[in-house]
Amino acid sequence: MSKKNPEYDFKWCPGCGDFGVRRALEQSLNKRIVDLEEPIENTVVVAGIGCSGNLVHLLEGVQPYGIHGLHGRSLPISFGVKMSRPELNVVVVAGDGDFLSIGMEHIGPQAQRNLNVCVVVMDNAVYGLTKGQSSPTSDLGMITSSTPYGKIETGLNPLRLYLTLGVSFIASAMSSKIKDLADLIYRGMEHPGFAIVHVQSPCTVYNDTYEVLKGNAKKGIAPIAWNIPDDHDVTNWQAGVNLLDNGGIPIGLLYSSKERVTLDDKIQSEKLPVPDMEKLFNTYQV
Amino acid sequence: MKKKDFVVRFAGEGGQGFLSAAQGFASANTTAGYHSQTFATFPSQITGGPTWMQARIATYPIHTRGDELDVLVVFNEEAFQNHKGELHKNGVVLYDSEKLEVSENMRKLGLPFEKLGKSTGNARAANMVMLGALATLVNLPLDILEEFIRRRWGDVSRYGETIVPANIKALELGKEEALKSSFSVGELELPTKSKHDQILLNGNEAIALGAIHAGVNFFVGYPISPATSILVWMQKNLVGEGKFVYQASSEIEAITALLGAGYSGAKAMTSTAGPGFSLMSEGLGMGWIAEIPLVIVDVQRGGPATGLPTKTEQSDFLSALNPAHGDVMLPVIAPGTVEECFYATIAAFNWAETYQGPVILLSEHSLSERQQNIIRPDLSKIKVENRNIFSGEGEYQRYQSDNVSPMPIPGSAGSYVANASEHDGVGDTTHLPHRHVEMTNRRFSKLSLLQDGSYESENLDSGTVILPWGGSKGSGREAYDRLIREGYSVGWAYTMFLHPLPPDLLSVLKDQDLVLVPELNYLGQFSSYLRALGINAHSITQYTGLPFKVGDLVEMIKEKLDS
Repeated sequence: MSKKNPEYDFKWCPGCGDFGVRRALEQSLNKRIVDLEEPIENTVVVAGIGCSGNLVHLLEGVQPYGIHGLHGRSLPISFGVKMSRPELNVVVVAGDGDFLSIGMEHIGPQAQRNLNVCVVVMDNAVYGLTKGQSSPTSDLGMITSSTPYGKIETGLNPLRLYLTLGVSFIASAMSSKIKDLADLIYRGMEHPGFAIVHVQSPCTVYNDTYEVLKGNAKKGIAPIAWNIPDDHDVTNWQAGVNLLDNGGIPIGLLYSSKERVTLDDKIQSEKLPVPDMEKLFNTYQV
Repeated sequence: MKKKDFVVRFAGEGGQGFLSAAQGFASANTTAGYHSQTFATFPSQITGGPTWMQARIATYPIHTRGDELDVLVVFNEEAFQNHKGELHKNGVVLYDSEKLEVSENMRKLGLPFEKLGKSTGNARAANMVMLGALATLVNLPLDILEEFIRRRWGDVSRYGETIVPANIKALELGKEEALKSSFSVGELELPTKSKHDQILLNGNEAIALGAIHAGVNFFVGYPISPATSILVWMQKNLVGEGKFVYQASSEIEAITALLGAGYSGAKAMTSTAGPGFSLMSEGLGMGWIAEIPLVIVDVQRGGPATGLPTKTEQSDFLSALNPAHGDVMLPVIAPGTVEECFYATIAAFNWAETYQGPVILLSEHSLSERQQNIIRPDLSKIKVENRNIFSGEGEYQRYQSDNVSPMPIPGSAGSYVANASEHDGVGDTTHLPHRHVEMTNRRFSKLSLLQDGSYESENLDSGTVILPWGGSKGSGREAYDRLIREGYSVGWAYTMFLHPLPPDLLSVLKDQDLVLVPELNYLGQFSSYLRALGINAHSITQYTGLPFKVGDLVEMIKEKLDS
């Protein structure tokens, strides 16, 4: 919504990482309007369910098209949008529970197809809107409302998962570094293929990780986030895997390959003539 | 007196190749001008297992596969034992004497199909020997089958020169042996060629063709019996610029992909069966609340859960009507014949475009496997609807009206959020009580746009009507005809537009003392819906996995009429 809508009463909590993601997405979309002279109506933002999904209603300024869909299904909905209208710019916004738990089954197929959409995952390692349950990216041992004695599953490393599944553009970012994030989202949208920008977007109420991510010298807390060095070869898949072996959360572009053709460019049947109804009937003529 | 129709059943084990021979037999006779209908049933496996197929050939249009068999062709002992009870008293069993012995005292003809077949020089001509014998038993001239052989194999240059004469020889061998037996089940009258062009196809093919004519340009589906053949057909034929067809990773992906495509302006469709339909529940709810045109084909099979994957049942009606949680009631169209499969699919797209929401096309296994000749549709007479698209400029309140409103399409002005949550005019989430009331009313009032459904009715004065739905139409119709011939006072009503019902039909049914609903489920699903609409409806149910036999249905209706 471009103006304050008195009827829409959803608010993110003060300090929520999703504010930064929203700002970055708006900047990257505005850059498309200016640099590519693409009307905003050419963009469809497909949102999942959770705090993150409300981003589609909270965008300020000129309004793209939006779908606020079903929990876990933002990716296959975007598949339908993109494959029916390949000329559209399709962006998925989803949370870690939405994308990596209930929606996990959809990542592999789209990676294999190299669907040409850009996904922005807002990871706060917790289910915020249902008041703080554990998510796939919560750490082992983490106390949440659904793991009162500590989480007994190993925390998922989403970047390693994306590499394994064959996602062709993988970036890692922090919601507080808006300019860098906007740049990565822009490049993700421009990437010909399946792009995921995975954003650390802390929840100030149930899992405030700002300090852990950035560190606090006074308290002797070392940052777990670190910048991917400039000399990292983003086209080298194995280099990406090796980088993850260093632990912590690398920030920047991890992997980008344009070797594989996008799904919409692979459809061979498009080149065939549209069958004529009478000719189809003829094949059943007696 | 010459016969007007005859029924033959082929029974054996899957993979023996007689199904295609039987289809060829039906096809050959249809070409000659007969009306034909086939029915097949098989276990959920590729090779082996008890499989049978029935073909009915008639000089007049027929509605069912036929109850009693004039000829039973069997390929093993088990098939003989399982099916002999359905043979007419004058019927003949034709069997493969290399596979089984029939010692019972009955009209029987055992031939070594394979041995005779091989003697023609074509090792695979056994089925042609069988068809030659079969045709002779029912006094069909062989030239109909010869013509079929020439059409089928004559153009195949690799084989044509050797296979065609060998197969024709095989037919003659079969004929000679059958003549020796001196059995006959009566001579079939010669057909009168219809003045309309005929096409021969099954229900799933008719659905696929209907979709193409309605303008489908986006199809995503997942393999599932008995709907798979629609997906496979689409993969082959939904081609060309602007068309997209894909095998999804699940039914959940299929329905949600459709949501994205329908929102983006496509005419989107998927096909599935019970288990897949259950997985689509949440997506269908979103299609309803976000107002996205979609067509979902549910080719019903036996349920619940995995149920009976390759048997027929009409037990998804209530699921189709109320597929999702919350206040949802989707339009449902259920074709009752192969011909109606074609027209119902176009109607489903037209309804989806008109009211901007999901429409369920409820077919069933017996239609998907039924081959039938139908009059080749005259496309110039079929109306195809397209949704009302927003063409204005600037900001637009997509959902701000009491009824359907123009739909903006991405790429043009009018951006909004299609929201699965309750929403306001632009699609932003809201919890205000008056909005939920307004929007719920809006969604249900759109159904009032779908009142153009056609229906059939006859003899309404008697106070009692037979009202079958879906694939039970054929048995219901023949049962009705028989009851009328026997002097019963009973009426007939039928529609494929189950929800919303054609308003005139609804009022006609409300005036009846009794509405009898033959349907293939335990619960009596359609009649419970009719009773909720104020109609005194009672079901006649069967849940064997097979369609009604006309004779059985006649007896069941009489029981109801007499009580």
